[in-house]
Amino acid sequence: MYLRHLQVGHFRSWESADLALTPGPTVLVGRNGQGKTNLVEAVGYLATLGSHRVSADAPLVRHGASQAVVRAALRRDDRELLVEVEINPGRANRVRVNRAPLPRPRELLGLVRTVLFAPEDLALVRGDPAERRRFLDDLLVSRTPRLAGVRSDYDRVLKQRNALLKTAKLARGNALATLDVWDGHLTELGGQLLAARLQLVADLAPYVAESYAGVAGPGADRAALGYSSSVPLAGDGAPVDPARVLPGAEELAAALRERVAERRKDEVDRGVTLVGPHRDDLVLHLGPAPAKGYASHGESWSFALAVKLACFALLRADGDDPILVLDDVFAELDSGRRAALAEVARSAEQTLITAAVAEDVPAVLLGTRVQIADGQARILPGEPTEESAATGEAGVDGG
Amino acid sequence: MYEGAVQDLIDELGRLPGVGPKSAQRIAFHLLAAESTDVGRLVAALQRVQAEVRFCVTCHNVAETEQCRICRDPRRTLDVICVVEEPKDVVAIERTREFKGRYHVLGGAISPIEGIGPDDLKVKELMTRLMDGQVTELIIATDPNLEGEATAAYLARLVGPLGLAVSRLASGLPVGGDLEYADEVTLGRAFEGRRRIDA
Repeated sequence: MYLRHLQVGHFRSWESADLALTPGPTVLVGRNGQGKTNLVEAVGYLATLGSHRVSADAPLVRHGASQAVVRAALRRDDRELLVEVEINPGRANRVRVNRAPLPRPRELLGLVRTVLFAPEDLALVRGDPAERRRFLDDLLVSRTPRLAGVRSDYDRVLKQRNALLKTAKLARGNALATLDVWDGHLTELGGQLLAARLQLVADLAPYVAESYAGVAGPGADRAALGYSSSVPLAGDGAPVDPARVLPGAEELAAALRERVAERRKDEVDRGVTLVGPHRDDLVLHLGPAPAKGYASHGESWSFALAVKLACFALLRADGDDPILVLDDVFAELDSGRRAALAEVARSAEQTLITAAVAEDVPAVLLGTRVQIADGQARILPGEPTEESAATGEAGVDGG
Repeated sequence: MYEGAVQDLIDELGRLPGVGPKSAQRIAFHLLAAESTDVGRLVAALQRVQAEVRFCVTCHNVAETEQCRICRDPRRTLDVICVVEEPKDVVAIERTREFKGRYHVLGGAISPIEGIGPDDLKVKELMTRLMDGQVTELIIATDPNLEGEATAAYLARLVGPLGLAVSRLASGLPVGGDLEYADEVTLGRAFEGRRRIDA
């Protein structure tokens, strides 16, 4: 799939922007603070209804405006879809596809698929478990849109249950009478979420190993994934065994129920839900040790990159190339990793790249260039730069 | 910002559910321009609601006398009780003219986030009604969202030992709708609750 056109209004620093896009690589070039990342962030928003930089919507709306609009023409399966999202912080967003409003914004999820790689992704390796859970769940929803409902219901039940546990500690008495009811919801939804996550980790693991080998070069440690759960049946964090038969949602729900019963006293004492997918973690292994805490800075970057390339490969294997978005990453990578990334980016149906200077971007990706300056996005005439001229037709070929 | 009284009115209106700042402003200026008899009627209606409306001692629906119209109606059967969250749900079900039993209005749903537990709802009162031996069936018609489902599950457990027939309203496809427009949860529920067609 690819975007043929992108428009934003009152989004971040943009009053408005209107950009025609083509398949192949497009590089957005501009000095810092001109709004390059804001444009690719808008593309990411269409895919996840969230930003890779902030968790709330308010910062996405231009200062002084009440709403932001992102509109894109998407080519998918030889059809063109017009996707529009109206971002209303504090109120419900409105989403339209081909001018027809969707009853719920989350029904958009899965339509526009992107894989976004940005400096923030280092948190996948070094950050808190919450980062990795969000990563897993976003990818889940993009592959199986139905799970967006399961995920948001689970979050809601969790909030209700935590609120109950907190008050139960103070009030005691009858307050706990309803806990069983919330347990029922929590374990059923939690079982579904766990089953989906386990399947995803198993699907993703071989691609991660392959991508890491490609990125880090010969002789590097082997990368693997594991799932560490508060429910022992779901995983202990060890590298996934491809031969393992994964437990189903009902089996996991039963295991979760058992575990919730065991921890009941602790939960009441501490006033918070201690078991469930919201306490789990995706474990990244590098050779014999977990990557977190052991991997060097360079290895961490390679791992983050390998995970994102694995996502791309996984979604591609599902049938359609996702849009690859590379936000300001080339400057952070050494030449070997740049080449590995450029290789995938070149083969993608559409790649959107941001960079402060075009020299940071490998020559093979210098197809279409868009200059971002003074609140304007201008497509530069296709004159080859010195680098792409030096590598012959590659730059044009990629475009 | 407007001066004194106008701004006060806009602020008060803006506190009502479903009324945003723009609507509040519109309503305020509509009232300013309206005939004083019209405004008087509105004021009187508001004051009457405060002074006269009470809650039915039996079912906790809104009423003007000790018991609501439905509880006083001798044609309604005494053996079936339908539990709803709010008085507006009674009105909605009444529009169907399908239900001949009586109601019980809980006054909300269990929601720990908002600090609402069973003790804040008319659950004890419901249990008292169910104990009197006349009631044989309980229909739980709370909203089909997480809080409504939790309330339903809680009531079902609580009522279980009494040996009544307890049912939950079905979830499924809207009549006159298109299958393709149903969201996946509704469609999933509709599959679960499918009915055999007797030929």
